[in-house]
Amino acid sequence: MTPQSLDLSGIGKSFGATDVLGHIDLAIRPGEFLSLVGMSGCGKSTLLRIIAGLETPDRGTVQIGGRDVTTLDPADRNLAMVFQSYALYPHMTVRQNIATPLRMRRMSIWGRLPLLGALVPGRAAALRDIAAEVQRAAETLQIAHLLDRRPAELSGGQRQRVALARALVRQPAAFLMDEPLSNLDAKLRAHMREELAALHRRLGATFIYVTHDQVEAMTMSDRIALMEAGRILQLGTPAELYERPASLTVARFIGTPTINLLPAEIDATGRVTLQGLETGIIAPAQAAGAATLGLRPEDLRIARTGIRAQIERAEHHGADRYVTLRPEGHPDLRLTLRQPISDEIGTGSVTLSFSGARAHLFGADGARLDCRFAERVSA
Amino acid sequence: MSAALATARPARARRRFGPGLLFVAPAVLLLLAIYILPLLTLAGFSLTDYRLGAISTRFTGLANFERAFGDPVFLRALKNTVIYALIVIPLGVGLALGIALLVHGRTRSRGFWEIAYFLPVTATLVAMATVWQFVLHPSLGPVNAAIRWFGAEPMSFLANPVLIIPTLAMIGVWQVLGFNMVLFLAGLTGIPRDLHEAARLDGAKNPIDRFLTVTWPMLGPTTMFVAVTTSISAFKVFETVAVLTKGRSGSEVLLYAIYLEGFEYAETGYAAALTLLFLCIVLLLSIGQTLHLDKKVHY
Repeated sequence: MTPQSLDLSGIGKSFGATDVLGHIDLAIRPGEFLSLVGMSGCGKSTLLRIIAGLETPDRGTVQIGGRDVTTLDPADRNLAMVFQSYALYPHMTVRQNIATPLRMRRMSIWGRLPLLGALVPGRAAALRDIAAEVQRAAETLQIAHLLDRRPAELSGGQRQRVALARALVRQPAAFLMDEPLSNLDAKLRAHMREELAALHRRLGATFIYVTHDQVEAMTMSDRIALMEAGRILQLGTPAELYERPASLTVARFIGTPTINLLPAEIDATGRVTLQGLETGIIAPAQAAGAATLGLRPEDLRIARTGIRAQIERAEHHGADRYVTLRPEGHPDLRLTLRQPISDEIGTGSVTLSFSGARAHLFGADGARLDCRFAERVSA
Repeated sequence: MSAALATARPARARRRFGPGLLFVAPAVLLLLAIYILPLLTLAGFSLTDYRLGAISTRFTGLANFERAFGDPVFLRALKNTVIYALIVIPLGVGLALGIALLVHGRTRSRGFWEIAYFLPVTATLVAMATVWQFVLHPSLGPVNAAIRWFGAEPMSFLANPVLIIPTLAMIGVWQVLGFNMVLFLAGLTGIPRDLHEAARLDGAKNPIDRFLTVTWPMLGPTTMFVAVTTSISAFKVFETVAVLTKGRSGSEVLLYAIYLEGFEYAETGYAAALTLLFLCIVLLLSIGQTLHLDKKVHY
C-alpha cells in the first residue's frame, strides 16, 4: 500500500464540560513521521484516537488519502495502532496475534470457525498466504523464533516487537503509535527508537507517534506538533522547534537540559536590557515592557564581561559538562551552562556571555518576538 | 489447605518441627473438627445399619451401597438431578453471560438492572416458591391464563411427571442467574479496553467477532468458575422440591432422597451412604471440570 496523507480540519472534542481539543488543523504528508508531543492531558492521545476512529470528534473532519473517514468504523480505515500496553491477545500465540488482522480482513466469519471453516472454499489458499505474510513480518522484526510462544512468555521488548509486527503485517495506510516505548527500560527505549526510525525509513509509511517524551519526538520525527491544552502550539521540524520556538511553552518543553530563562526589559525604542545590561538585541518597539530572554545551555559561555554568576555545581556528562550557576541579583534563578569537558571552568564567581543571535526573546504574553541585533555580544 | 502445605514441606522445616507444629495446630485442629472428622463419621455410618436413636447397630459392609443401586427412588432421584443439572448449567451460565453483556453495555441504567437480576439471589427460595406455585397454578396462575388465551390446554407444571423437573430447573435458572451475572460483570470489567480497541482496528467490525476474539477468551477463568459453582448448586437442588412437590409424581432429587431417608425414615446408615455417593459425584464433577478447563482458560 502506498503511504497515505492524513488531513485533520477543525477537529474539536469535549468530554462533558471539558474541552479536550479546541480546533485542530493538521495536514500529515504521505510517508511522514509526525510526532504529537505534550504533557499528559494535552489532548494528544484523544487526537490519535479520533484519527483511529475510537473516538468521534464533536466538530471537524478526518481525511485519509483525500477520503473523508470521519464517521467510518475503525475497522474500515485501514490504520494500524500500537498501544502503550501493546494490547496483544493473551490467549493467542505470537503467530496468531500477528495473523489476526489478516484473518479478520480476508476471511469470512464462517471461514474463521474452527471446524466448519474447512468447508469454506478458498480457505486453504488464504491461510497459506497469511502464514507467509506473518512469517515475513516476523522476520522483519526478528521475532521469527518466538512465533509459537504466548505473550505471557515474552519480555517487554519482545512484546513490543510483536505489537509492531501485528501492525505492519497488513500494510496499513498509516501507523498510529500511542506512547509505544514508555513501558521499556531506558536502554531498550533508546535501542527501539533507532529501530522504529529505521523501520519508518524502510517502509516509507506514514507514522503518527504520540509521546510525552521530547527526546523521542526530537530523535525520530520529520515534524513535531507540540500540543498544550487541546491546541497545537507549534508544528515544525525538530530543528525548527529547537532553533525557533514559537512560544515560551515550546522553548521550555523542547531541549535537555531545559532552556535558561531570564527576565528582561524592552524599552520604548525596542532595546533589550538584562537588569540594565545592554544585550544588543532590538525588539519591535511596540513590545515595550517586561519580556523573557531564553538561552540554550550550549549558547552560554564564560567570558570577561557579562552576567555575573556564582558556580553551584558541575556535572560530568562524558563529552560535556553541565554547570549550574546562580546569577547575581536573582537568588531563586538557576542557569545551566553546557560546555565541552575540555574547556576550563573556574570556581566561585564567573561572568557569562552569549551571542544575541542565539537568544530567544518572548513577550509578556509568551509569544516569540522577532529581533534585530544592533551589535555583537555586549551583555 | 494451608495446613497441609505447611506440614508437607521437607528438610529445612524439619529442623524447626516443634514450633512449626504449634503454628499449624489451630488450622489443623479446626480442619479436623469441622471437615475431616464429620466426613469420617459419615463414612463410618455408611457401613452400618444405624438408625437414629437405636441402641444397637450392626456392621453391614457395602450393603447400603448395593441397596442404593437397586433402589428405584434413589435411581429416579439421580436421573432427575442429572436432567435438572443438564438444564440449569448451560442455561444458568449462558443466559447469565448474555444478560451480563447487555447490562455491561448500559451506563445509567446499569445499577437498576444489576439489582433487578440480583434480587432472586437475596430472596429466600422457600418464600419465593409460594409465588412460583401461584404463577404456575393450573387454574389461577397467569402462565396458564396466557396459555388458555392462546387457545391451548392449561398445563399442571408441578404435577405432570414430564414437566416437573424442567419446571423446577427453570426456577433453578431464575435463581442462579443474578449471581452468575454479577460474576460475569466482574469478569467483563476486568477486560482491558485496549484489547477491544486493538480488535476493532484489526478489523473485528461486528460485535460477534469482537466477542470471539476478545471477550470470550478473556472471560475464560470467570466462565470456568461460574460453570463449576453452578454445577454444584444444581446438584444441591432441594428447597424447590421440598416446598413445591414434596417428591410427588416421581420428582425426587438426590438431596431430597437423602433427606427422606435420614430425617423422615431415620435410616441414618443408608442416608450416610447416599450422602457419600452424592459427595463423590459433586467432587468428581468439579475436579473434572477444573482439570479440563484450567489448562484452557489461563494464559
